[in-house]
Amino acid sequence: MALLKTENISVSFDGTKIIDNINIELNKGELVSLLGVSGSGKSTLFNVISGLLTPDDGRIIFKGEDITGKSGRLSYMLQKDLLLPYKTVIDNVALPLTVRGMRRREARKRVQPYFEEFGLEGTQRKYPNQLSGGMRQRAALLRTYMFSDEVALLDEPFSALDTITKGNMHTWYLGIMEQIRLSTLFITHDIDEAILLSDRIYILGGRPGHITDEIIISPSDVRHSDLLLSENFLDYKKKIIAAIGDTG
Amino acid sequence: MKKSQNITCKTTAHKVIRIITGKVIPPVIAVALFVGLWQYLSGSDLMPSFMMPSPAKVLKAFADDWNILLEHAATTLKEAFTGLFIGIALSFVISIIMDACRPVYNALYPVLIVTQTIPSIAIAPLLTLWLGYGTTPKIVLIVITTFFPIAVGLLDGFKAADPDALRLLKSMGAGPVKRFIHIKLPYSLGYFFSGLKISVAYAVVGAVISEWLGGTSGLGVFMTRVRKSFAYDRMFSVIIFISGVSLLLMLAVIILKWLIMPWERRSKSVTGTK
Repeated sequence: MALLKTENISVSFDGTKIIDNINIELNKGELVSLLGVSGSGKSTLFNVISGLLTPDDGRIIFKGEDITGKSGRLSYMLQKDLLLPYKTVIDNVALPLTVRGMRRREARKRVQPYFEEFGLEGTQRKYPNQLSGGMRQRAALLRTYMFSDEVALLDEPFSALDTITKGNMHTWYLGIMEQIRLSTLFITHDIDEAILLSDRIYILGGRPGHITDEIIISPSDVRHSDLLLSENFLDYKKKIIAAIGDTG
Repeated sequence: MKKSQNITCKTTAHKVIRIITGKVIPPVIAVALFVGLWQYLSGSDLMPSFMMPSPAKVLKAFADDWNILLEHAATTLKEAFTGLFIGIALSFVISIIMDACRPVYNALYPVLIVTQTIPSIAIAPLLTLWLGYGTTPKIVLIVITTFFPIAVGLLDGFKAADPDALRLLKSMGAGPVKRFIHIKLPYSLGYFFSGLKISVAYAVVGAVISEWLGGTSGLGVFMTRVRKSFAYDRMFSVIIFISGVSLLLMLAVIILKWLIMPWERRSKSVTGTK
């Protein structure tokens, strides 16, 4: 059974349908990307899944439970890291725990061991404005993980970074995912990123946005930065570009 | 390492010199010129010396009256602080209600603006008429004058809170109270302190104005007395004393802000990605 599932999700704004009949699934331990051009309704779908927006039609099923329109069940992370400037990095990371009512001291103790794992050791007492863009995204991802170690929704988390930092973040991300095995729904418009990070890719396109194709990245294509230069990678890329092109 | 330390030392030294030449020397020259002109005018025949006492005479009056000034200042500051604290508490309560409830905001915001256009000196006699010569009308006047800058600051601060951050907390399951504590309140702190800086000065001025109209002690009462006895040198010294007190209070607010908002004072040095 899928860990997270959307059933026939449709959303309209002012009579215009934005997304139509979206059915996607995320299995445990999987990293699934939702790839689409700007304006295809990626973020609308994201808001529906995170529970911030109630769809006109359809349901969100998480572990067999209907969570449509309910926020607080799945964690998400945006391109904007949303680290609170007035809290130290450790308090930002511990925020999901303190929001749930945990004492600050205990919450700090709980998150402390992850700092090394996430390559954030030494930043605990710093304020976010003392961190570089890449480090801030790491802290934001750790905060997301502290909120829920079951499912993470990531909405273009690396798209504001420069190419080199982004490349480093991808390598780092794949490494950390091997350890924490966080089931992730990854929203992106970056084809390379989708191929590099995903087990499966849903292509979202058309108007209103709907799923036009599903591409499975073979597990034999070991995910590391060399993949970007391989023959297989180009095949995937061609396939995806063709799929996006079809949606017009 | 040593070299880089030298460079930082040098740059800090340069910075200090730049601050002194750029920001300290010009106002010092301006004040010196002003005092010089004042001294010259008071010594000339243009004005009778009792109407325009020389800076030296004012300074002497200041020293002679020091203990009396302190005594009166105690009364004035007590009123100012009582009024200021009530003003702060009231502005918090009202701005939180206004922020939480849109219709209340729409109804009260214009009223807030209008009340600010009423000069405090004009309503002070009315307050005395209604509430007597005791401390009550004085405190009420201070509350009215200090309330506005803080309330408006807080309201702007609540509005400045990042809507995405609010949404993120909502997605974490935080209710309105937790969203307020974690997001809106800290976002409004900077605005609060800007308002407070203005309000502390208003509080002292408001106390002095209300004391002009009656009372047994306070800097305003003392000012009225020395004016009535034509001791203008002493009056000048009270004025200088009052602005000194206001400046000290504003400085105290800046220090308080520095203590309470440590993230504002951290350097922007960035830790690398690698």
